[in-house]
Amino acid sequence: MLLTLTTETDAASDLGYLLHKHPGRVQQFEQPYGVAHVLYPEATDARCTVALLLEVDPVGLVRGRGPRDTGFSLAQYVNDRPYAASSMLAVTLGRVFRSALAGRCAAWPELVDRVWPLEVHLPAVPCPGPDAAARLFAPLGWQVEATPVPLDPQVPAWGDSRYVDLRLRGTHRVADALSHLYVLLPTLDGAKHYWVGSDEVDKLVRAGGSWLGTHPARDEIVRRYLAHRRVLAESAVARLAEVDDAVADAAEDVTTDDDVAVLPDAAAPAPAGTPPLAELRRRAVLDQLRAAGARSVVDLGCGQGELLGLLLDEGFDRLLGVDVSPRVLATAARRLRLDTLPDRVRERVRLVQGSVTYTDARVAGFDAAVLMEVIEHVDPPRLPAVERAVLGAAAPATLVVTTPNAEHNVRYPTLAAGTMRHHDHRFEWTRAQFAAWAHAAADRFGYGVELLPVGPVDPEVGPPTQMAVFHAAAGQETSR
Amino acid sequence: MTALTVPALSLVVLVGASGSGKSTFAARHFGPFETLSSDFCRGLVANDPNDQSATDAAFDVLQHIAARRLDAGLLTVVDATNVQQHARKALVDLARAHDVLPVAVVLDVPEDVCLERNRARGDRAFGDHVVRRQRDALRRSLRGLTREGFRTVHVLRGVEEVEAATIVREPLRSDRRDEHGPFDVVGDVHGCRAELETLLERLGWELVRDDAGRPVDAVHPEGRRAVFLGDLVDRGPDSPGVLRLVMGMVEAGHALAVPGNHENKLVRALDGRAVQVSHGLAETLEQLAAEPEEFRAQVRTFADGLVAHLVLDDGRLVVAHAGLKESFHNRASGRVRSFALYGDTTGETDEYGLPVRYPWAEEYRGRATVLYGHTPTPRPEWVNNTMCLDTGCVFGGHLTALRYPEREVVQVPAERVWYEPTRPFPTADAPAEADGTGVTRRDPDVLDVTDVLGKRVVDTSLMGRVTVAEENAAGALEVMSRFAVDPRALLYLPPTMSPCATAADGDLLEHPAQAFEAYRAAGVREVVCEEKHMGSRAVVLVCRDAATAAGRFGLPDGATGVVHTRTGRPFLDPARTEELVGVVRDAVTGAGLWGELGRDGEDATWVLLDAELLPWSAKAEDLLREQYAAVGAAARAALPAAVDVLARAGGAGRDVGDLLARTRSRADDAEAFTAAYRRYVWPTDGLTGVRLAPFQVLAAGGRTGGATYEERPHTWHLAAADALVAADARGVLLGTRRLVVDLDDADAVAAGVAWWTDLTDAGGEGMVVKPLANLVRGRRGLVQPGIKVRGREYLRIVYGPHYTEPGNLERLRSRNLGRKRALALREYALGVEALHRLVADEPLWRVHEAVFAVLALESEPVDPRL
Repeated sequence: MLLTLTTETDAASDLGYLLHKHPGRVQQFEQPYGVAHVLYPEATDARCTVALLLEVDPVGLVRGRGPRDTGFSLAQYVNDRPYAASSMLAVTLGRVFRSALAGRCAAWPELVDRVWPLEVHLPAVPCPGPDAAARLFAPLGWQVEATPVPLDPQVPAWGDSRYVDLRLRGTHRVADALSHLYVLLPTLDGAKHYWVGSDEVDKLVRAGGSWLGTHPARDEIVRRYLAHRRVLAESAVARLAEVDDAVADAAEDVTTDDDVAVLPDAAAPAPAGTPPLAELRRRAVLDQLRAAGARSVVDLGCGQGELLGLLLDEGFDRLLGVDVSPRVLATAARRLRLDTLPDRVRERVRLVQGSVTYTDARVAGFDAAVLMEVIEHVDPPRLPAVERAVLGAAAPATLVVTTPNAEHNVRYPTLAAGTMRHHDHRFEWTRAQFAAWAHAAADRFGYGVELLPVGPVDPEVGPPTQMAVFHAAAGQETSR
Repeated sequence: MTALTVPALSLVVLVGASGSGKSTFAARHFGPFETLSSDFCRGLVANDPNDQSATDAAFDVLQHIAARRLDAGLLTVVDATNVQQHARKALVDLARAHDVLPVAVVLDVPEDVCLERNRARGDRAFGDHVVRRQRDALRRSLRGLTREGFRTVHVLRGVEEVEAATIVREPLRSDRRDEHGPFDVVGDVHGCRAELETLLERLGWELVRDDAGRPVDAVHPEGRRAVFLGDLVDRGPDSPGVLRLVMGMVEAGHALAVPGNHENKLVRALDGRAVQVSHGLAETLEQLAAEPEEFRAQVRTFADGLVAHLVLDDGRLVVAHAGLKESFHNRASGRVRSFALYGDTTGETDEYGLPVRYPWAEEYRGRATVLYGHTPTPRPEWVNNTMCLDTGCVFGGHLTALRYPEREVVQVPAERVWYEPTRPFPTADAPAEADGTGVTRRDPDVLDVTDVLGKRVVDTSLMGRVTVAEENAAGALEVMSRFAVDPRALLYLPPTMSPCATAADGDLLEHPAQAFEAYRAAGVREVVCEEKHMGSRAVVLVCRDAATAAGRFGLPDGATGVVHTRTGRPFLDPARTEELVGVVRDAVTGAGLWGELGRDGEDATWVLLDAELLPWSAKAEDLLREQYAAVGAAARAALPAAVDVLARAGGAGRDVGDLLARTRSRADDAEAFTAAYRRYVWPTDGLTGVRLAPFQVLAAGGRTGGATYEERPHTWHLAAADALVAADARGVLLGTRRLVVDLDDADAVAAGVAWWTDLTDAGGEGMVVKPLANLVRGRRGLVQPGIKVRGREYLRIVYGPHYTEPGNLERLRSRNLGRKRALALREYALGVEALHRLVADEPLWRVHEAVFAVLALESEPVDPRL
């Protein structure tokens, strides 16, 4: 990956003093992930360009990391890290130009506070969107020229890649310019900080100290940093996605709640003081469970345990959370603090891995079952299996099902027409479709069903979420 | 000498005061592990066999061990005083909970003998009054033991009787495992004598008639034996006639019979007990009234003596009137008998007031075939290796028999509706044919999570037991649940494939020589090299018609097949899937493959093909865009800019050394990398642009049964594939180029290398080398079914654009193939096992178990570049 910094001014080559790198030499600096070269393609009194070229060793990167190597995804071997300006480049920059970044110049201290007309060129900067570079750099006084790089010129249908050829022009102290790059390059790069230690990441974010506080995009910068600190999940699911040449991240993302929780509230104009939809939904489910007189509840597809937490607080006697993802269950256990709860509370709730497309004796014998924002994650041909497993085999006296109301999607301005609220949704139903399914399923298994809205009801398109409450017909409660 | 009989599976409770000689008795008559002594258990929990304060804990341990032994079907003896009723009650309850018979053996030894023996043992410190109290309790208990629930009570009075006693273990009455048939198993007759006579004759039996012309026995010239599943009587026109025939056959040893609920009720009615005379009992009583008293007595004795279920043929066949779940096989208790007679009910009643029956068969996971009647069904069908043979003859349906072990159904239609059913009985239009083609199988539309979750061991015919770790099953459950097609249509997942050993030197990582060498070392003489298509592995299930698809595989309306990926995901949307399946079906028809894959003169009605679906971008466009194209774009943006900077620096006189040349070369790599992935990308629209290259027939079959083809040589498979391609008018199907190589012929081997070189130089992905004979067992077990040799350029998208730099190649050579090879073989064995189970008509859960295990193994972390 490459960074050039050019200045066109009197005594331009004095830049070498400030950077503490002699313009006549080509210098190498060993890095944990490759070799950094610093050289000057041009260094005259009128114009001086310094280039930082980082040669990443892609084979060495992933070797010698112990037995865990083998679990690494293919993306760890073939990726853009050797080419794209990322946290790796930022860390290298911080090491190679440490004193300049810190605003020190022992040989010529006056140079530190000199402002230079600067042009920065980075040929491949990963960006979350075409305007992102301007959003981050322009407030700091840079003139930003970001030219998108096509994904593949021979496959024009694919459009642009997420990389831009970035040129920044502005007049700055060199220390400030380096600090901007040091912090904002990893911010732009959406990828996780592969191969960069977490202490380095902390340093990166601290470096913005003097200017970050007043930056209009401060929250975005901090959030993107923290969001990408996690290491690549080495889950079995990610591996299996890869076996099938699917993009692992998409398969890993199993939110059943966050999607809708974030989207409508961020996107839809909600009156101030209205609780988030996810909370309204949990409350609606709770009300139904109360009305049914349920004391024991199984939450099928419990996700991270938000509903279970509420039901636990509300004093339900016996709770079982079931989810298909062991990883999500581990999160739920953490969020519910299962390991530190008092015994008397803890013995009321249990989490197990299971699947709604298989019958499971463990989920039978509860007063009520909940399928909250779950069915839309099941392929339609598999729904009969879910009905059989839940209404037929587990046969709770009460079953509460919630699912998005597709008609309401037009009220979300950020949702493109015809798309769904979450990429893993296999369908989203209108009120009529949901009602038809619910009545048919209820008939097949001897239940009565009632359909209810959740969230503010729009006069035209109805509520954001719809709910069906199944009650076992008289005489059915004792089944099994 | 007194022979005491005990059932071979029972809980034997010794009863006697301290010093009565129980332990000596137990040691003499039972095995060392069969006897659980309370003293020993006191020792286990308290270090002292006489510590009475440890009694409660000791009995906990004793009961726990006894429970585990009874679970395992092992006779167990409890050596404790057991003179108190509450102590015995706990043991009777334990026996009942495990459906085994409790037996009491009382050692009634004089008090002075007990006292003397205790005094002789220094470790028994308790006083004489303790023994006296035990003796009193024992005497009070003696008369009530049978009432307490002991099915057998043996009382040994005095030392001599104890000394003289021997134990004889009697098989359970249900245990007829030494009966091997062959059997003709007959469903509910309900007094339909005429139909029974016709059925027996159709089965080849010769009827024996008395002077009045009434059949009183039947003989089969091949020595077959009939098995009657109960409900011989009630509702129909001639229950006495049916009884006369069946009783005669049973008496002559030509038949076995289990009772039905109707016989059970008849016995009570004949005994003069108050029963509700309904469900057709009135007719029987009326018919019997015309018979002599002697006959009625015989009927009563016969019906009363029947055993509720029978276990036959080394445990492979179980018969009971209403079926029997596995944990009740060869057990004896009230609830076992009740299940066998009445079945499992949910406790609810339906709109006709009839009990709702619990679908125990759908949950049945046992290996024994269970045949039963009781519930009239229009057609006999296999559900998890069980079949109900009550096809409602008396309601105007059919009288049905199953030939065992042939598993052929033989039916005769009812001569008329003899009795109007309470609930309308849907009669089948046509009888199931004698050759079994009319017999269907029905898989439950949902499996149980215990079929797949947790650590599993799958028995395979190719490799024995294959273990799946719990965490791998957990990962697979998520993928199976969220992405895979219906288990009923997910019959096979292909195994992973190992690459060849790494080339030791040169500018290649993989070279054909290593694959050839591997097979030569395994003793394989001839191999076939098949071109590796630039697509994705696809498994294609094609049915001849929608009825087969729905009936055999539970596919939804309008679907006649499935095309799924190597992890079971559907490839295409339902409409395009159906279109592609239609193309393949037309080709199968055109190539005459239905007939070629049929058996016994019957065409196949479904076929399962192993194939490659092209282009890769059809499945993996996201991956190609987000990973490969993105890497290419970044590299093509960054590297030329770096070359430019270095060239200018060099031009300005800086010493850039070989950095410039190296960077130039990398810029070229980036172009080569881009070219490599681009070969996998072309646009598709509907089916236009989609190609399917079948290369192997996995299995084919009819409504039942089928065959697998892993032992047919690859030349046969490829010829079938060629025939499909030739018969495809749409131009969707694609042939597979191949070359057969004789490994003993140096020229042929060289030609194989040259063939691969040409293929990959022209942009091909590479080839797969397989033993020509297909499945091969070598000296060291199963031989790899295929070894891939990938081309130099293709490997750029696996190992990165610059893997060909000599320094990188050297480092990459130290790759470890051991795990990949072992996985490839285990997954292969599991895949073939799934196919074997499929065509053997094994229950769905058995097929799914093996398919699921392949997916679970795929989630094992191995180097993804291999």
